[in-house]
Amino acid sequence: MDAPPKTPVLEGWFTLDQREPHLLGARCSACGTYYFPKQIKFCRHPDCAGEAFEEVQLSRKGRIWSYTNAAYKPPEPYISNDPFVPYSIAAVELERERMIVLGQVASGVGVEALHVGMEVELVLEALDDSKLSWKWKPLAGDAR
Amino acid sequence: MSKDIAILGVGMHPWGKWGRNFVEYGVVAARAALADAGVNWRDVQFVSGAATMRNGYPGYVAGATFAQALGWQGAQVNTSYAACASGSQALAAARSKILSGECEVALVIGADTTPKGFLAPQKGERPDDPDWVRFRVGITNPTYFALYARRRMALYGDTQDDFALVKVKNAEHGFDNPNARYRKKFSAQDVAASAMVADPLRLMDICATSDGAAALIVSSLDYARRIGKQNAPRVAAISTVTPTFATDTVEMPDLATDSAVAAEPLRFRAALPRKAYEEAGIGPEDVSLAEVYDLSTALELDWMEDLQFCARGDAAKLVREGVTRIGGRLPVNPSGGLACFGEAVPAQALAQVCELTWQLRDQSGSRQVQGAKVGITANQGLFGHGSSVIVKR
Repeated sequence: MDAPPKTPVLEGWFTLDQREPHLLGARCSACGTYYFPKQIKFCRHPDCAGEAFEEVQLSRKGRIWSYTNAAYKPPEPYISNDPFVPYSIAAVELERERMIVLGQVASGVGVEALHVGMEVELVLEALDDSKLSWKWKPLAGDAR
Repeated sequence: MSKDIAILGVGMHPWGKWGRNFVEYGVVAARAALADAGVNWRDVQFVSGAATMRNGYPGYVAGATFAQALGWQGAQVNTSYAACASGSQALAAARSKILSGECEVALVIGADTTPKGFLAPQKGERPDDPDWVRFRVGITNPTYFALYARRRMALYGDTQDDFALVKVKNAEHGFDNPNARYRKKFSAQDVAASAMVADPLRLMDICATSDGAAALIVSSLDYARRIGKQNAPRVAAISTVTPTFATDTVEMPDLATDSAVAAEPLRFRAALPRKAYEEAGIGPEDVSLAEVYDLSTALELDWMEDLQFCARGDAAKLVREGVTRIGGRLPVNPSGGLACFGEAVPAQALAQVCELTWQLRDQSGSRQVQGAKVGITANQGLFGHGSSVIVKR
């Protein structure tokens, strides 16, 4: 059996904890606004002059705001197998952060298995080039 | 003091996939606009170009490129780039020059030559560029349009059949438009039979990219009077406002919205026409027709609500009732919209103004909206760029 892939598709965007991974964001020390990705030097709240940020693990569970799929192979720099296998995509609302984060949905989950408001959690899965990426996966028991 | 300027002439190069140099298209559109205005090229004092990012250096300095192609004659030049709002920002630059008295008559122009297939980011390993990052993890332009469409289905009960009706309507509108790229009528069955691209949107729900050019000759009201064009349509408002933090919708090319823990979430698209209405001193009830950015069929429905033509969630009902067809109470995209044109980024916002001008001059032939007095445009592109222009008679 091959060793599990370890290289993230984007360095520093998420923890590599296979069991309970988190997206890595930043939080403004002055006004509390969250950011994803975390590369931020100046707070973007128009009334905040904050320049200090703490790295935070974003909530790893949220609810689907909307969803779709990629029925056609995206252009580079996306790398995919031939033949291309469609994947689902979800925009997920994080309650504590009051923000929506996009990501692919765990492989094998089609759009017919998704609905708006569905609870999902963050998982790590390899993309076709074997680089690890974050994906949203429906929580067991939230099927309908 | 009136902040209006006159639209003396408009011109376009037909949209298509011609594969020629964008400058050629621009010159055709500019000469058509000059002829339409009855203005001599040598009398144009300011050239305001909308840039293209896909045609090398001449595209970055579009204002100068077109001025040279038309024959250097010492006009002042300017180039604007603001993604889909480039044309509107170029128009805003011309309006500022005219209203400040620095010039009386200006050419506003945009043209593009587009590559085939999906719009793709610049090459290389560039994790600091959000546009590169989102493609790296498999998020394309249709992804965003589809997320908005699915959201409408979940919130308002819209169906894929409703979206197809928008395509059917726009295809009918553009059928006879000599500047449109796609001039073919489609049935709802045709739309339903086209390939799924990003569920729930099919190939025929999503706009293509095109080559094309559009140009305007604009002037002070005083200049218009002096050349006997006191009745020319006027630009009554140009809104190019930014979004206001925190944006409530995940916008291309971002992978996340702003966090709304310290500010209320706000909708960018709705802010654009709000400012335009305020500037023109009119309301949505005064509008005769609209040209909106139907990057997807479902997005046209969002725009109708952002333009305050109906309450949130009611747009599909208006389409079903035929309100937005030519002959209806409030036609939307009488030109055929992006559905029939495909997007030529720097030219598109100006093409919208061309259509409103022809409509307000009662020169639109089989597409004519009877009694058109006020038209509004709306568009939006990458990184919070967007615009809304009001033209009145």
